[in-house]
Amino acid sequence: MNLAETISLILIIIGVLFNLFGAIGLVRLPDVYNRLQSATKCVTLGTCSILLSLLIRFGFIDIGVKALIAIPILFFASTVGAHALARGAYKNGIELGGKSVKDDYKEVES
Amino acid sequence: MRYVALFIILLLFWLLITFSLTIENVIVGAVAALLTTALFGKFFRHNLIKFLQPQRYFWALVYLFVFTWECVKANFDVAYRVIHPAMPIKPGIVRVKLNLKTEIGKTILANSITMTPGTISVDLIDDELYVHWIYVSSMDPEVYSQKIAGRFENYIKKIFE
Repeated sequence: MNLAETISLILIIIGVLFNLFGAIGLVRLPDVYNRLQSATKCVTLGTCSILLSLLIRFGFIDIGVKALIAIPILFFASTVGAHALARGAYKNGIELGGKSVKDDYKEVES
Repeated sequence: MRYVALFIILLLFWLLITFSLTIENVIVGAVAALLTTALFGKFFRHNLIKFLQPQRYFWALVYLFVFTWECVKANFDVAYRVIHPAMPIKPGIVRVKLNLKTEIGKTILANSITMTPGTISVDLIDDELYVHWIYVSSMDPEVYSQKIAGRFENYIKKIFE
């Protein structure tokens, strides 16, 4: 096994682990906003890591370049999606979970 | 002029994602780029001179590294909170004041904030950003504005303004 394959294998393992953490967070965290936290951060980094491992494994041929371009697209899609979901949930009257300590957004809504 | 610039950017993007230089592919890409330009060209309101200033690209590259580092740290932070049996979270929504003027700068900053430690931008009203924070470590607006937005604001100012 040469160097590129080793690095790409390590990146795939990291990516799968982070996706797993994201999924665990989705189940364990209390309310919709906290669940979005784990769904955007861990899952995006995990998937980016897997895509990057594709680039390292195959080099700059078509499949690698496509994987590289998918990273910014995924980045913008997940951040904009998280924003839209969080805002939509708030507008529909979903309260912050019981552990919350501060809510500045309430003044704007009322 | 700005329509031509948008058209060229879109065509280059199409050629990159399809990654083949046959004539058919270029024609399909040109038609798609033309349609997109006709429909959405009016939203593309950048100052074209900014595209030609090399120092902006340099700062974009620096920002990329800073951002990647922050992003990896964010992931370890959230992963730790998720796995820890007691789940040390203290969530809340805080208001952060931005010092950026351009629309694109605000957008990029809001997206960056979503990707960094335990924060999601919920809404942007004028120049106040509402951020959901998984662990509110301080109640002082000065301190948390610096903590959430301060890291990136200077870089983004150099890139887009």
